[in-house]
Amino acid sequence: MRPDVAGDPRSPIHRLDPRAKLLGLTGITLVAVTTPLHAWPAYVACAAALLTIASAARVTPATLWRRARLVLPLVLFVGVFVPFVREGDPVALGPLTVSEQGLQTFATVSAKAIIGTLSAVLLGATTSFPDVLHALERLKTPKLLVLIAAFMYRYLFTILDEVARMRAALAARGYAPRHALQAQALGRVATALFLRSYERGERVHQAMLARGWRETMPRLDTLAFARADALFLAALATALLTARALA
Amino acid sequence: MSCAIHARDLRFAYPNGVVGLDGVDLHVGHGERVAILGPNGAGKTTLMLHLNALLTGTGTLEVAGLRVGDDDVRDLRARVGLVFQDPDDQLFMPTVREDVAFGPLNLGLSRPEVEDRVARALEAVRMSEHGDRAPHQLSLGQRRRVAIATVLAMEPSLLVLDEPSANLDPRTRRELIETLDRIDRTMLIVTHDLPLAATLCERSVLLSAGRVVADGDTHELLEDAALLGAHDLELPEGFSLRSLPAWPRSRPAASASGP
Repeated sequence: MRPDVAGDPRSPIHRLDPRAKLLGLTGITLVAVTTPLHAWPAYVACAAALLTIASAARVTPATLWRRARLVLPLVLFVGVFVPFVREGDPVALGPLTVSEQGLQTFATVSAKAIIGTLSAVLLGATTSFPDVLHALERLKTPKLLVLIAAFMYRYLFTILDEVARMRAALAARGYAPRHALQAQALGRVATALFLRSYERGERVHQAMLARGWRETMPRLDTLAFARADALFLAALATALLTARALA
Repeated sequence: MSCAIHARDLRFAYPNGVVGLDGVDLHVGHGERVAILGPNGAGKTTLMLHLNALLTGTGTLEVAGLRVGDDDVRDLRARVGLVFQDPDDQLFMPTVREDVAFGPLNLGLSRPEVEDRVARALEAVRMSEHGDRAPHQLSLGQRRRVAIATVLAMEPSLLVLDEPSANLDPRTRRELIETLDRIDRTMLIVTHDLPLAATLCERSVLLSAGRVVADGDTHELLEDAALLGAHDLELPEGFSLRSLPAWPRSRPAASASGP
């Protein structure tokens, strides 16, 4: 199994066409971000849909939490100040006084953030990154953006390895900055890293030309949008749009 | 024959004035396996890039029956396969299988044919079971073998390898030599691993400062310590050319496969 995919790779969710998963999970996020607070049943419907998908794919809560915690705290951190700065009817919260409208805003922002993050995490847990790229390409995302994402995925680890080696080389020669002026070595590391990456880009381009690159990424696998994919999207759309309309 | 190299008075200077090639004359026949030896900066890689029209200098160069600079570069690149020194430059697709398929798909082959070529190329370098892995999950030796497969899948009539044994541990290096030895194709190996040249190539060309300074039987060339020394090369201590079997070795006749 690919290391970026979690859960049971033979589950019905994993076997869906990546386009169906991409559209479905983006759809959940879109419904959540466009729903006002008073229509809260729509949030419940989104959360229920996510939980159903997660359990069908056998992605454990631990996996979801492990991946979501990279993003979620940042988003919530921004939202947590709203109740204090937003003007409105004061509400006593222990020793603190916050505004009621601010609290409501915080609740909606948190709900949207949690649903959006979990949708992205579930997509990543059930679909390999190359498949996501393939789906994006087939859904007519600009080719250049897909290419950039593909190269980023391919070379991120190579570049991180280089950073780790350079840091080790600095540390091995006793580099331990104590004040800001000593940080200039880090600037040189960044420069060297940029130049190396730039040169690598040129070599990669040569290697691509040498193998007959024709300005588009050739694809070996074809995607097949089957009945299960249509059913998945139809069920999801019915549930979410009904909840959204009735709420 | 179609997969030979004929270079006459090939000259190339980089934009910053550094001379890469200074009048290279080189003739390689069909089915030959030739080592291109030389110190750093001798122009070995520059020459290699010329063989795929990735750099173009002055002089005449005919590769695999095509005149470089006049004929279509797509044809040229289909016939001449370059394996770059750093496999991270060569392997740019998200998975090994897609990377090996990249060249054949660009050639416009049908999907079953591409699948077949990918399977055979990975088999040839003994990497069949790693098709779905990402290149960054492989060891350097494995990545280098996959890099060779990416080019083999295009079924070029001429294979050019840049420093195939660089940074490999002894065992991985030996396995790579065995892999290369089984590949039955006209081959140019750019290297300063002299024992590798002695093991794989009957003929060697010594390049120095952009010129060919020696061209002949690998063993005779490597026995000339004065010549090697004059160009910053030497055999590893304790290495004996006599420990290798003499040419011609029993290897499959290269002429049997080329188109």
